[in-house]
Amino acid sequence: MTKSSSKPKDSRAVVTAPPPASRLRGRHLLGIEELSPEEILLILDTAEAMREIAERPIKKVPTLRGRTVVNLFFEPSTRTRTSFEVAEKRLSADTLNVAIATSSVVKGETLVDTALNIEAMAPDMIVLRHASSGACHLLARVCRSRIINAGDGMHEHPTQALLDAFTIRHHKGRLSGLKVAIVGDLLHSRVLRSNVLLLTRLGAQVCVCGPPTMIPSGIERLGVRVTTRVDDAVEEADVIMLLRIQLERMQGAFFPSLREYFQVFGMTEARVRRARPDAIIMHPGPMNRGVEIASEVADGPYSVILEQVANGVAVRMAVLYLLAGGVDDEAAA
Amino acid sequence: MPVVMDADRIARTLTRIAHEIVERNRGLERLALVGIRSRGEHLAKRLADQLQAIDGRPVPTGALDITLYRDDLMRQPVGPQPLVRRTDVPFSIDDRVILLVDDVLYTGRTIRAALDALIDFGRPQSIQLVVLVDRGHRELPIKADYVGKNLPTSRRESVQVRLEEVDGHDEVVVEAEG
Amino acid sequence: MKRLLRGGRVLDPVNGIDGDCDVLIAADRIERVGRALPVENGVQVIEVPRGCVIVPGLIDMHVHLREPGQEHKETIATGTLAAVAGGFTAVACMPNTSPINDSAGITELMLRKAAEASLARVYPIGAVTRGSQGEQLADLAELHAAGCVAVSDDGRPVATALLMRRALEYTSMLDMPVIDHCEDPSLKADGVAHEGFHAATLGLRGIPGAAEEIMVARDVTLAGLTGGHVHIAHMSARGSLAAVRAGKARGVTVTCEVAPHHFTLTDEALRSPVQYDTNTKMNPPLREAADVEALLEGIGDGSVDAIATDHAPHHADEKLVEFDQAPFGIVGLETCVPLVFERLVHTGRIPLRRLVELLSVNPARILRRPGGSLAPGSTADITILAPEARITIRARELRSKSKNTPFDGWELRGVAAATIVGGRTVFTHPAVTGSEVFAS
Repeated sequence: MTKSSSKPKDSRAVVTAPPPASRLRGRHLLGIEELSPEEILLILDTAEAMREIAERPIKKVPTLRGRTVVNLFFEPSTRTRTSFEVAEKRLSADTLNVAIATSSVVKGETLVDTALNIEAMAPDMIVLRHASSGACHLLARVCRSRIINAGDGMHEHPTQALLDAFTIRHHKGRLSGLKVAIVGDLLHSRVLRSNVLLLTRLGAQVCVCGPPTMIPSGIERLGVRVTTRVDDAVEEADVIMLLRIQLERMQGAFFPSLREYFQVFGMTEARVRRARPDAIIMHPGPMNRGVEIASEVADGPYSVILEQVANGVAVRMAVLYLLAGGVDDEAAA
Repeated sequence: MPVVMDADRIARTLTRIAHEIVERNRGLERLALVGIRSRGEHLAKRLADQLQAIDGRPVPTGALDITLYRDDLMRQPVGPQPLVRRTDVPFSIDDRVILLVDDVLYTGRTIRAALDALIDFGRPQSIQLVVLVDRGHRELPIKADYVGKNLPTSRRESVQVRLEEVDGHDEVVVEAEG
Repeated sequence: MKRLLRGGRVLDPVNGIDGDCDVLIAADRIERVGRALPVENGVQVIEVPRGCVIVPGLIDMHVHLREPGQEHKETIATGTLAAVAGGFTAVACMPNTSPINDSAGITELMLRKAAEASLARVYPIGAVTRGSQGEQLADLAELHAAGCVAVSDDGRPVATALLMRRALEYTSMLDMPVIDHCEDPSLKADGVAHEGFHAATLGLRGIPGAAEEIMVARDVTLAGLTGGHVHIAHMSARGSLAAVRAGKARGVTVTCEVAPHHFTLTDEALRSPVQYDTNTKMNPPLREAADVEALLEGIGDGSVDAIATDHAPHHADEKLVEFDQAPFGIVGLETCVPLVFERLVHTGRIPLRRLVELLSVNPARILRRPGGSLAPGSTADITILAPEARITIRARELRSKSKNTPFDGWELRGVAAATIVGGRTVFTHPAVTGSEVFAS
């Protein structure tokens, strides 16, 4: 799917993308881990068609009419939850938002009990965001509904990686052969893990960069280059992806101060100039201006951060549509 | 595999339909063509060329993907899910006479879905239906305004329309189902 | 009534016996062991089925029996039943009950419950500090007098070097080991799995092997300083084994134990066959292949003294939660002997006599308890092993009250066919043909 307006401008090896799959094999979307390159392309291609709906006067299609989707969010999130809600409503599904504030001190209902109680209302799909890695795997074992992972602990955030890939493809026409630099708190980031899996699966060259205290053990086994020098990472990059630094990381002595972090790793205009002239800057949000990214870069001409948000709805519509139409027998679970 | 229309016949039929359109609408002023993906889209483009040849002015043409409006979508998934393609209607359909174009008219459900989709785009003055082949067996009260060929078939048969743009050559064949 | 176990292979390494012998049991004692013993009147003769091996009763020196206070997970009655079903004639149970076993009263309660169940012997391990809070030493002499065989704050490390030093000095007067759960709390932090590729890609906070190794090094140094005896509980990391070896080489009184899951599984179990299976969550965690290989070597060359299960029952509800919320631990009493056979004996890593050392001789020696020997006059605690018997582990059929095991469905070869405590047969294994001959 090469757009004629953005042909690759150099002779780097470009692997022809495989044809997209005709359907998703799994009942759930728990992570990029379970998706083949063909399935990823199917989702991206379907998202293309979904994007056009946002440009119509009536931004709605009747496809999921009568279906109920529960947004079960155990972690606060405005951006992702709103994005899913808009996607669900554009497909005419009935949405139910359940926001649970959990305190580790107060032991309330277990996750399994909460989910089973919600299932009593017979939803078709549950979109789950939870602070524990593997929470959606637990629900997938216990529940009847299809589960979509909206972020589980430090593990994966598949729809984020999909919308990131969609955004990159929109600008670069392809993913294969691109140089992608991902900079930030690699250790705690589920966006990192999902993006690394997806980008390497579709043939991109990925370089990850962060403080030595925040590099996950054995990450190079996923096929990425690892460095602690951000200048090296962004050299000739086509895409620069910044990850959010959480302020509480300073408590764990991961780095001395935000000021030092910005000096050593922050994405400044000077650093961006080391990348290719048409490089794009991405961030899953919310941003800490002056920590992982300088304001001028965030608002600059190469930033596609707001597009990412817009694309999120189309990608999530594609995921909802493809999972809803999937095979329904238990054997496929 | 009986060929019921060859390339020549298809071309003459489209020409005939183009003239009927001009005649019935007394001019092309508020007309626009919307072809149903995927083969309806190509037929619509051919008709647009024909109409322009007659009238001199270009006729706005768009393509409609009705996958998301089908009524059988989430029921019994049989085989692979249909791939959703982009809808591309780059003009306003308000107050226009829309010519909806499809290759084969059968149960009428595709047209029903297309009407639902069109209404979401705006409020046309009227909608007329153009089909290359009408094979009967309607399940909904849908009627074509312009028909290339009436082709009585049995339910066990299938009608295949092949077009140069997609299949490399033009023909309409009727196949007995295995 | 006297009983004669006739014609079986007897393996008693301490007394140099390995061959076909008869064993005569009178009341709760072993009266004689020898070839072709004469049969007196009134003696019940048991023809030992072919393939069985008679060994000194097995001792699991690290179990959690959960009573008092957590009886929904296990009781002393169900736990000792699981023990004898696994071939163990005695177990040493940890003090992290509710309340903690830091006083004679709790110790006596445990012994009373064990006597009521009348299955496996129970040797209580007392707490090192009051409430295991790591602040003030518990009344160690009182605990010893009441029947404790060792002290430990298991679940946590002995909190400071100073406390560990004092505990080692004090217990040397009582001839008792201090058993330490070695981990540096700041390095362990809120980790839930071994720090490595699998935890990293699954998004689980890691516990590095160094967290254990550092504390082992501390304890070995202090044991050297004080002359006391430190026993390293559930050792899992290769660096820990290296520290133990170095200590032994210098003459420090340090012993160590390894649990079967640590030489059977690696951290790959976190993702395969099931991802985030909470039955692969324990502390110390399942480690990487290099650690497992090092432990296997240490078991083979004698650096590892004992195998102990760290049997840690948890109720199903407690384990059916998110991985990082689940409590650490798995049951082990009924899977130990089959795993030892499968991974150590049948692979040729260790001879059968080494199994007896690891599971009977050495635990008895470390706990200063009788056992590990079939010498005439010794208590008739005997385990009958069936090295070739094939079994399938079925979680729901375990006799333990809790079924939290990652080995459900495993097909293994080698099991305890019968368990005799004080001359009385307390268990015969239904899956071993012919085992019913041992029934009292």
